[in-house]
Amino acid sequence: FMQRSLDSQTKKQLEEEEKKIISEEHWYLDLPDLKEKESFIIEERSFMPCEDLLYGRMSFKGFNPEIEKLMVQMNSKSKKEEVEVDDKMEADVSDEEMARRYETLVGTIGKKFLKKRDQRVLQDEDEDENSNTRPSKAKKMFLKPQD
Amino acid sequence: QYVPVKGDHVIGIVTAKTGDLFKVDVGGSELASLSYLAFEGATKRNRPNVQVGDLIYGQFLVANKDMEPELVCIDSSGRASGMGVIGQDGFLFKVSLGLIRKLLAPKCEIIEELSQLYPFELVLGMNGRIWVKAKTVQQTLIIVNILEACEYMTAEQRKQALAKVSGN
Repeated sequence: FMQRSLDSQTKKQLEEEEKKIISEEHWYLDLPDLKEKESFIIEERSFMPCEDLLYGRMSFKGFNPEIEKLMVQMNSKSKKEEVEVDDKMEADVSDEEMARRYETLVGTIGKKFLKKRDQRVLQDEDEDENSNTRPSKAKKMFLKPQD
Repeated sequence: QYVPVKGDHVIGIVTAKTGDLFKVDVGGSELASLSYLAFEGATKRNRPNVQVGDLIYGQFLVANKDMEPELVCIDSSGRASGMGVIGQDGFLFKVSLGLIRKLLAPKCEIIEELSQLYPFELVLGMNGRIWVKAKTVQQTLIIVNILEACEYMTAEQRKQALAKVSGN
């Protein structure tokens, strides 16, 4: 039991002795550390950013439509202004259409949640030739289908 | 002689297929390696259809003088964006690196003039290789000849040649 602790102590002593020996033997420079100069030169091996080269794959006069789409995409990446304009222009659905859609959308989804009787009522109303523009009180009253 | 550079898009020819790896010749001092997983939508079960002798358009993932260059056909977001196997037909030929730089410059007259002639497809590799495909073999060869000669022709000579061609 005691032997182990003794061993650890002797180890420590040995280490200290080694360190002393080493520090005497180690050479060290007396010179002050040279400042690391930050170089302003960045090495760039590729040509692409130097001359703003285009993308290598090209198609002309609609030979390969996918590549033509790519060409527009790739070449607009370099010009950020164009990308912003494209975002506005490329909306598939215009704002007006969206507004119209939403108007009818509310109606169609509302129908989904009506009870069966009310659904039939609405159907009859739609089939009328002279249907009322105000389908009010559809839930309360049953309107007879007009001939 | 082309020196592989990281990020460069090049046209390579598949020379060997060893298990999971393709060896691709890019015109440099070494063959580049291309993993079969470096394609869009490639998984261990869904392997890309690449045969020996196929043309590949890809970019360098790793390219320094200490290591073998590595190609990938996928960009940093995981999409192919035009890279991968180049289709059937078409014509591959070599030009000097300087001409490629000229052709890829933002407003290249040569490309603009050629594009007026007839529909065709063009792939330019930074390693000096160009691949052309047009509807007929004759049209393809005309484009090839014009591109090859562009190095030595002046602008006027080029316009004359194009006028002759479009007159045909």
